[in-house]
Amino acid sequence: MNETAIIIGGGQAGAQTVVSLRREGFSGRIVLIGDEPDLPYQRPPLSKAYLAGEMPKERLFIKPAAFYEKINVECLLGETVVSIDTTAQQISLESGLKQSYDHLIFATGGRVRRLNCSGANHPAVHYLRTLGDVEAMQSKFAVGTRLAVVGGGYIGLETAAIAAKHGLDVTVLEAQPTLLARVACPEVGGFFQSIHQQAGVSIHCDTLLESIEDEGANVAALITNKGQRVLADMVVVGIGLLPNVELAESAGIACDNGITVDEYCRTSVANIYAVGDCTNHPNPFYQRRMRLESVHNAIEQGKTVAASICEKDKPYAQVPWFWSDQYDVKLQTVGINMGYDQTVVRGEPDSRSFAVFYLKEGRLLAVDTINSPAEFVAGKNILTKGLDVSIERLKDVTIAAKELVEE
Amino acid sequence: MIKVTYIEINGESREVEVEEGSNLMDAAVDNMIPGIDGDCGGVCACATCHVHVDAAWKNKLEPMGETEDSMLDLTDSRDESSRLACQITATAELDGLVLRTPTGQH
Repeated sequence: MNETAIIIGGGQAGAQTVVSLRREGFSGRIVLIGDEPDLPYQRPPLSKAYLAGEMPKERLFIKPAAFYEKINVECLLGETVVSIDTTAQQISLESGLKQSYDHLIFATGGRVRRLNCSGANHPAVHYLRTLGDVEAMQSKFAVGTRLAVVGGGYIGLETAAIAAKHGLDVTVLEAQPTLLARVACPEVGGFFQSIHQQAGVSIHCDTLLESIEDEGANVAALITNKGQRVLADMVVVGIGLLPNVELAESAGIACDNGITVDEYCRTSVANIYAVGDCTNHPNPFYQRRMRLESVHNAIEQGKTVAASICEKDKPYAQVPWFWSDQYDVKLQTVGINMGYDQTVVRGEPDSRSFAVFYLKEGRLLAVDTINSPAEFVAGKNILTKGLDVSIERLKDVTIAAKELVEE
Repeated sequence: MIKVTYIEINGESREVEVEEGSNLMDAAVDNMIPGIDGDCGGVCACATCHVHVDAAWKNKLEPMGETEDSMLDLTDSRDESSRLACQITATAELDGLVLRTPTGQH
């Protein structure tokens, strides 16, 4: 085979795509192009152990460098694709190099949403997405540093947790009335608020950041709509991700909150595919399109696209799942709760082990499990198999989680 | 360093050296052992580093925790010998350990 597959993007989805292409038997040339200087690495530890210096850099890499040599993948790192000629099937790199492709895969991920208030460019302000972002923060990650976290979502709260554990003085500002408001119900948000407060983190919900003022000596003052003035040696902003679609759009590929793909990860243009955080894809379990920011989706779409390219079509059909580690708490979520009309709490939040089942018209949509892996597994089985649930049984902790899966 | 042998479903065997304190999922990825994915990076969240531990070694391992026990239920071929490699830490007592990788990770 003398076909060439080019992958744009060296994150989790790009790495999985090259692994899966070889596993599926693709014997042509594979080129992985990443705009960061490093080989593909895991992002989840960036807001956790790696930020605190608890994890060596080598441990972050998804595969060792020798692996890419062994499976004969060319990695072009620190390179940016600037344009695509979809007729000639050729990409152009910033360095001037042109490469022809038979199969082109977008694994371009996303970039952080940035603050746009006055003072947003203050030198104390950091974002957290890349290894470079974290390395720029590590020197300030020390006992007594005043850290202000803007955004009480996963990234912000994981950062707050590892910082509190390491003796930083942490304040979280969240615009919504509860933490994790975009992804979880108020019970779960309230639980996370209480565990952060127990760890000494100061949490301010319903609080908007209005501007940032310079206090001198690299200290920022965060001014809120409630008149607070929060002083910070370091500000970490976690207010969401924007999919990197501009290159695809400029090539005439259909995009709508992500690069639009079908269940085989094919875009609107022949021989061009997309995988991972940048895709807007159909999910058969929810019978609608969605864009996900998750390791699981990146991996599964990497497998799907490789099968498509190798003409062994395996349509993408996954119930999404996620995890977040904060303090001694492991949050595992399965499913997407969007549109829920009822929640059922199983167990006692005060015990630091409970689960929340999200339902719509009596059907299970998703489960958040806190230190309750058996409920996570049960939820995954119920959702994957499309089984019915009984609310009375879900609430009854005397029934083992395994027994909730009624086949 | 201890020696750990990973045996694939097709019988192919690879002995690798593992630093004490490392977990056996990381060791497998570092040594390019096929049949172990480790998608979550070793935090017991994905169950894609399922291995079967040879009977002679089973009782020398730290007992499994509740999370590992539950997560193993997601694997396709769980049996009495099943463990998640990310939850096994290399120690001197495990020198010579033999692990078998399953048909596939789910």
